[in-house]
Amino acid sequence: MIITIFYYLLVACVVALLGWNLVKSRKWQEEVLYVIVLLPFVLRLLRLK
Amino acid sequence: MSAPVVRKIVIIALGGVLAGFAGADFYRGRHRREPVVVGPSVAEVKTLAEYFPPLLGTVNDLNIYVLEGKKPGGTFLVLGGSHPEEPAGRLAAWILAENGEMEAGRLFVVLSACRSGTTVTRPSGAYPADYTIPTPWGGQTFRMGDRWANPLDQWPDPEVYIHYPTRQQLAYMDIRNLNRAWPGRPNGTLTEKTTYAFIKLIEKEKVDVVIDLHEAELQYPVISTIVVHQKGLDLAAMVSMILTDDEFKMGMEKSPVELRGLSHREIGDHTDAIPLLFESPEPFLDATRGRTDAKLLLEGKDEFVVKAGKRGLLFEKIDEKGWPIDIRVGRHTSAILETLDVWTTDHPDKPVIMTHVPKYAEVIARGTGTFLRDPSKADPKTVHYE
Repeated sequence: MIITIFYYLLVACVVALLGWNLVKSRKWQEEVLYVIVLLPFVLRLLRLK
Repeated sequence: MSAPVVRKIVIIALGGVLAGFAGADFYRGRHRREPVVVGPSVAEVKTLAEYFPPLLGTVNDLNIYVLEGKKPGGTFLVLGGSHPEEPAGRLAAWILAENGEMEAGRLFVVLSACRSGTTVTRPSGAYPADYTIPTPWGGQTFRMGDRWANPLDQWPDPEVYIHYPTRQQLAYMDIRNLNRAWPGRPNGTLTEKTTYAFIKLIEKEKVDVVIDLHEAELQYPVISTIVVHQKGLDLAAMVSMILTDDEFKMGMEKSPVELRGLSHREIGDHTDAIPLLFESPEPFLDATRGRTDAKLLLEGKDEFVVKAGKRGLLFEKIDEKGWPIDIRVGRHTSAILETLDVWTTDHPDKPVIMTHVPKYAEVIARGTGTFLRDPSKADPKTVHYE
């Protein structure tokens, strides 16, 4: 259970980092890429997939 | 508001829409309710947590349908859904729970042995979320499921799965595989706790025979066969011979002593019960398959698997007719009925006699859906949900 909690915290960190990169990005292609990469992490955080 | 900010908001909103649709689909798949209209012999519906309370409230606190005979006798346990992506096992168990009438003995039937695994499909496998069996009253939809428990219920996987208690090293994802987690342990993972609970059930209810229903890809050598622990060789050999002579080819294989974690090995080693595992052919599972959809799952037709067969790469025959679900379900129901017959002949003091369950030819002739009961027309007290 403790390891599972750590993994969810790791996922949250990745989401935060990707989100920060998305905010700082200047190219629309990169922004689309960040959003696509974010999807599975967000779905896992929401415990949907 | 600057143009880049507007652009970012639009892109994030589009991502949100995608996540919303995908999330809703995953949520529906995980929470779809599957009705079971229990038959007249179901005296009680127990839950697995009754045998191991720490499972209470978890996704694997699953239903156990107890069919009681008019006369005392032996006790059988049938496990459907150890691997939920092998639907013939679940459907055959469904037919037992909804139609079986016990003359003697007791039958415990489980429809979703790895219930967690029924709530997910294979990541990146492009699996259908569900499938529908046509019935005289329309159709009944079932969750597709996966071979392994849902990572939402047990995560992360280790680099290597070390089986308890043998410490044999197995593939990492098989830590979520119910049929690699026997005999389980009380303080293990959800999957190990589930098999531990089944062991407690087998001990407490003094189960004589456990039948674990599976399906296999045609490229896998263990197919169209009974895998049996050494203490059940006589029983399985007789069942295999009678089925092959009367209905369809059914092999028999002795459970390897060095292959750990499987029901046919660990139940035999850790309890007094005789474990048998039945395999029917499922082209949907073959690596060389084409489009992986519900049609392939139910019809079992695939041109690429047929080509593999023509090149001698398969361990079971296949042609353009494929392996439809009715044939696969019928194999399981007939194999179960034959096992009960042989057991009862060999153990007249502990008979287990069941009627009103269709055999192979009848399931093929009338279709699996004919034996699924309409929950909307049933007494609500007899309707349960998986």
